[in-house]
Amino acid sequence: MSKVRVLVGTRKGAFVLEADGQRKKWTVNGPHFPGWEIYHVKGSPADPDRLFASQTSGWFGQIIQRSDDGGKTWHQPGTPPGEPAKTPDGMPKGESNKFTYDASPETGKPLTTHQWYDGSQRPWEFKRVWHVEPSRTDPDTAYAGVEDAALFRTTDGGQNWKELSGLRGHGTGPQWQPGAGGLCLHTIIEDPKDPRRLFVAISSAGAFRTDDGGTTWKPINRGLRSSYIPDPDAEIGHCVHRIALHASRPNVLFMQKHWDVLRSDDAGDSWREVSGNLPSDFGFVIDVNANEPETIYVVPIKSDSEHFVPDGKLRVYRSRTGGNEWEALTNGLPQSDCYVNVLRDAMAVDSLDKCGVYFGTTGGQVYASADAGDNWAPIVRDLPPVLSVEVQTLR
Amino acid sequence: MIRVVLPHHLRTLAHVGNEVALDVGGAVTQRTVLDALETAYPMLRGTIRDHTTLERRAFIRFFACEEDLSHQSPDSPLPDDVATGKEPFLVIGAIAGG
Repeated sequence: MSKVRVLVGTRKGAFVLEADGQRKKWTVNGPHFPGWEIYHVKGSPADPDRLFASQTSGWFGQIIQRSDDGGKTWHQPGTPPGEPAKTPDGMPKGESNKFTYDASPETGKPLTTHQWYDGSQRPWEFKRVWHVEPSRTDPDTAYAGVEDAALFRTTDGGQNWKELSGLRGHGTGPQWQPGAGGLCLHTIIEDPKDPRRLFVAISSAGAFRTDDGGTTWKPINRGLRSSYIPDPDAEIGHCVHRIALHASRPNVLFMQKHWDVLRSDDAGDSWREVSGNLPSDFGFVIDVNANEPETIYVVPIKSDSEHFVPDGKLRVYRSRTGGNEWEALTNGLPQSDCYVNVLRDAMAVDSLDKCGVYFGTTGGQVYASADAGDNWAPIVRDLPPVLSVEVQTLR
Repeated sequence: MIRVVLPHHLRTLAHVGNEVALDVGGAVTQRTVLDALETAYPMLRGTIRDHTTLERRAFIRFFACEEDLSHQSPDSPLPDDVATGKEPFLVIGAIAGG
């Protein structure tokens, strides 16, 4: 019997929601790490019991937590209690909550500044982990996207994190500037057919791709247009909010940008707009139906200054044609006096038939559809503001 | 034994109660107390002071004996009442109220 586990990160803790394959009766476990911001929780495809969580605080900094039993218990994969916290030569030991930018002369020393909101240059300063992406094949390997934007990788289950500095170092780093939420690397996708190919997205720099496991990178933003930068179709400076792909077609990417929904059929080398008849093409989330590669979902938001759904109606929009032609999905969703947002990491799909679709709101609701979006029901209504939603399909 | 009081979030992180007791050999300073704290509870590394520079995080304060010690040198001796265990060393998350 299949089972579904929904991992929810919120402003005040993490929650684990579970149901059988019918996806009707849910158990709610949590809060884990009560009082802490949980930006993201995600399970390893290679070992579904292994979960990684990004636990963060403006006061106390960044913590990485790991569970090896599906979220029942958690620990920090660092130095065991009682052991010295420093190496014999006095250096701090690598810890699961240590993210240090590569500033070695060989790889990163010139990468000392990025663009600030006013156009001046600022030094990179680590703030938090926005997204943890476990490897599809190795439970000890995971990637972390951080603010200020950089990509880190662990190969020892989260104990040590090392920057893949070729991303910041490929040449455009000093042009990157923060979006309203900060200079964050929020999307990481490992190509399901080629683990040496990764896609990442940064607000507000754009999308990038490596084809050699993270050593060298290139921007993949041709076709994007953004009126809020001096050159609207520049190579760098686009506020990409989210990218998604279907595992069977890794060359086909879908993007929700600050404004505009786009698609690429050549692994990001070029993009074209597919916003079509959406009521607003501003939004944060985008995802692809697990069974239908041309079926995609977005949640339009009114505008970049009014971060709530248009007309007081919470509507998921579905395209079954890979974009351009969209239909509103409303059954079970509030259609009056609703003014929530759905943040960029807060939508996910399961791989059952029919595909389950899940999203969380800034109002603390987590909605689920067990029929590809035709009908919706809340799993929970009153969590803290939801930052992220991920789904595991357990068989 | 040195008594250290942690803010709520760090108590839950370290799985401890209101107060922890530490054995600090030699001089009792902010640095030696925090070194002992992080050795006993390595999950706290990086949460009170920076991993690499060991500087106090911006929104953390150190109080003891009704004094704010946050801006004292990390190598200055802590008050005798802290060194003898009569008074606790308080690690505080800045901002006094909601």
